[in-house]
Amino acid sequence: MEINNIESIGNKGKGVRSDCFVSLEITEADGIHIELVSKVKVLYGKSIVKLIEEILSFFEIKHAKVVLEDSGALPFLIAARMEAAIKLLVKTDKSFLLPMLAQNNYQTTKERNRYSRLYLPGNTSSLMINAGIHKPDGIILDLEDAVAPDKKYESSFVVRNALRNLDFYGCERMVRINQVPRGLDDLDFIVPHNVNLILIPKCEKAEEIHLVNKKIDEISARYTLYNSIWLMPIIESALGVMHAMEIATAAKNVVAMAIGLEDYTADLGAKRTAEATESFFARCTIVNACRAAGIQAIDSVFSDVADMESLKQNVLKSKALGFDGMGCIHPRQIKVVHENFAPDAAEIIKAKKIVKAFMHAQEKGLGVVSLGTKMIDAPVVKRAEKTIEVAVSLGKISKNWRDEDNEKI
Amino acid sequence: MKTMKKYDKLVKNALGRIVPTEINGNDAVAYRGIGKYKPTGRKYAPPIVSCADYPADGNKTLPTLKEALIRAGLKDGMTISTHHHFRNGDLIAEQIFDIAHELGVKDLMWFPSASFECHSPLVKYLEDGTIHHIEGSMNGSLGRFTSDGKMTGLGVLRSHGGRYQAVQDGDVHIDIAVIAAPTADAFGNATGDRGPAACGLLGFALADSQYADKVVVVTDNIVPFPCIPWQIHGNNVDYVVVMDKIGIPEKIVSGTTEITKSPDRLLLAEMSAQFCDEAGIIRDGFSFQAGAGGTALSIGVYFADILRERGMKARFARGGSNKYLVNMLEEGLTDYILDGQTFDLEGVRSMRENPHHINTSPFTSYNYHGKGNFASMVDVAILGATEVDVNFNANVVTHSDGVLLHGIGGWQNCLFSKCTILPIPLFRDRIPVVIDEVTTICGPGELIDVIVTERGIAINPLRIDLIEKMKNSTLPIKTIQELKAEAEAICGVPEKIAFEDEIVAVVKWVDGTVIDSVRKIKK
Repeated sequence: MEINNIESIGNKGKGVRSDCFVSLEITEADGIHIELVSKVKVLYGKSIVKLIEEILSFFEIKHAKVVLEDSGALPFLIAARMEAAIKLLVKTDKSFLLPMLAQNNYQTTKERNRYSRLYLPGNTSSLMINAGIHKPDGIILDLEDAVAPDKKYESSFVVRNALRNLDFYGCERMVRINQVPRGLDDLDFIVPHNVNLILIPKCEKAEEIHLVNKKIDEISARYTLYNSIWLMPIIESALGVMHAMEIATAAKNVVAMAIGLEDYTADLGAKRTAEATESFFARCTIVNACRAAGIQAIDSVFSDVADMESLKQNVLKSKALGFDGMGCIHPRQIKVVHENFAPDAAEIIKAKKIVKAFMHAQEKGLGVVSLGTKMIDAPVVKRAEKTIEVAVSLGKISKNWRDEDNEKI
Repeated sequence: MKTMKKYDKLVKNALGRIVPTEINGNDAVAYRGIGKYKPTGRKYAPPIVSCADYPADGNKTLPTLKEALIRAGLKDGMTISTHHHFRNGDLIAEQIFDIAHELGVKDLMWFPSASFECHSPLVKYLEDGTIHHIEGSMNGSLGRFTSDGKMTGLGVLRSHGGRYQAVQDGDVHIDIAVIAAPTADAFGNATGDRGPAACGLLGFALADSQYADKVVVVTDNIVPFPCIPWQIHGNNVDYVVVMDKIGIPEKIVSGTTEITKSPDRLLLAEMSAQFCDEAGIIRDGFSFQAGAGGTALSIGVYFADILRERGMKARFARGGSNKYLVNMLEEGLTDYILDGQTFDLEGVRSMRENPHHINTSPFTSYNYHGKGNFASMVDVAILGATEVDVNFNANVVTHSDGVLLHGIGGWQNCLFSKCTILPIPLFRDRIPVVIDEVTTICGPGELIDVIVTERGIAINPLRIDLIEKMKNSTLPIKTIQELKAEAEAICGVPEKIAFEDEIVAVVKWVDGTVIDSVRKIKK
């Protein structure tokens, strides 16, 4: 060990919770010395020290001084902080991975609901731990804008370990990587760990999608991975909007496309307003491209986390434009987003009528579906079926709605 | 100097906890079970006095607190009581012991209705022998001092109702009660609902005014006789002292009186309210008690939403009152607030102006040795806890590291409600809250009906009625063992905390029996 240096990683101080700060010094001799300052020392002191020893031994470090200042970090986070510190001092290709939680081994489908996706800063584990219990459709561990530039390095380890050891409670497991090409390096930390969907920020051309997919294929081959990884490019510039169709159709695993209005309005040189007239063209373009490509159109986030009424109005407008979902930056927004994107009572009644008419036509062997005097086209039936499916999944109607409706008659 | 042992005669009580039956030289009874201990005899009574010894013109004022304490016969070994109506803005307790120290008085017992961080300066008087020990609550630095085994005598923790019971039954004999009153007259009539240090009511001082040998009222707002309303009767008061300032208003009515903004706690509140709704607890004419914590306040707001939506109203809400309860009262969503403690200025205003905002005391609300009390008539009580175990026993006084940090407040008393719900996080910063065995039992599991955590709701198996009602609920109903396992899967299995054998404090049950012991922290 020729390196003799000190590095530190992590967060500490007032207001920091469920996190830790590691100071690591690789020494010449004297073995391992661990100093633990922790609010949970009486409960977990022994296991924390054991974990640190295990990590040092895994990286074949025999002499070191470690000071861990802990505010109740879970083991996966301590491991992420330790490994990040070690890799600043020691050259190694190894990764210290705790066993993947069995309940995190699920895949998501292309068509699943994506009403809400909750953004979480990739370096703030205290916000991650309970994210899933608020039941967003997707949880995004963000490596991009929600992480300060000097924390980007350490956040990749946190996000990787979180993908393995944080319970996502069935939410779609998403990561927002950095803008391509930098974001390509992020893929090593997430592709092998069952990420379901990757958000590609500030996307401007199909080429970026191809680069991401090429790297995903390389990593998948190396690790023999089989699960599909979906992509959701985010359009955040005037050029991106002009290339919307090309991006939406760039690859088969692009399942949704989002718009990021903060950067887009800045790029336009327009002020972002509540009426959002300045982004009307862009939003329509995105929705139109998504519909043409047969993928989901996803709206930007609503940034006033205290104003639920305005959020509601925003969601209703977004739905009216044709969007399928939007981003959330606070767990309390999730419910409002779900309730207002979900089909309302009138939509459900109409969908029921259409589906019933369709089934009736099928049972009778009729080629044409009609409701009253109106003919119903196949896409209308399909959309009604989707509405019913969503209403059932949200508990708005029972799975046996048809039988129950018949009983009432 | 007192030479008696801190404690002696250890026995195992009905919950299997080792507790002393001799405490600071006095006999004590080990906990026997709920409603099992029924003392006989007569209540304690203060000495008979004659009004011939009091000024006929009703003017009992003395120039200083020091003179009042001297006239009251302050001497070694006495019990001095104070009250926590001013919460963290109390300026009186410290002055009493400054005076005692100056006079060289030793071995006093401090008998507050609760202690706060502002009482930390009293540590020096515990160290120099001015104060022998505390019976009441030991919060913050006083708790740490006690947990370190540094207090000369044994600490005794009681609930608000238990404090009234102890005074009424003569378990505690108060030599001098000092009642800080936001408004008073020279005769000693006093009220808390007005004046610069307005705090609402003075219910915690009721027992002291009735049973103490000497009662001193201290005020910074003297009004001509009569002081109306007279929450404290001057007929029980010996001396009145007028001071410049008795409390810091902004610290009197602050604290956790805002609804929470934490998404995790709001979720707990929402789940708890939904539980109450699905269990049929929220109906026209129901009653509830929600504590002062952010989660409990939010549940009250959800209750209000449900009542409004259905055009129903509660018959009464038990306070700690605050602006949210006052809004409910003024909006007609509850007929009455039965207030035990006023948490903000809106509460104080409402108590002053609204005849449906009722001033209650630990005697009416909580006293276990009375002919009934209000606590058991409440449909649902929402309370907190630092720990809960798989037997539903709960702890509110010690932290997971074993250190004594909180008082009991009215918590034990409220457990007698028809449905007691504890909304608590499954863990706090890796510290599991649902565990195998609580560090200190403050409330027996048989009185705790529902544990609501963000990851699931456990119903006490004794409540088959609730289990039946929630059979088809969409809420995540789990067993308490499942919750514990879930906490351990996330946080890891915690190590057992090591304690010294030495007992530093005891927790009394509502009937005066000893429910558990608090042990010294191992260094």
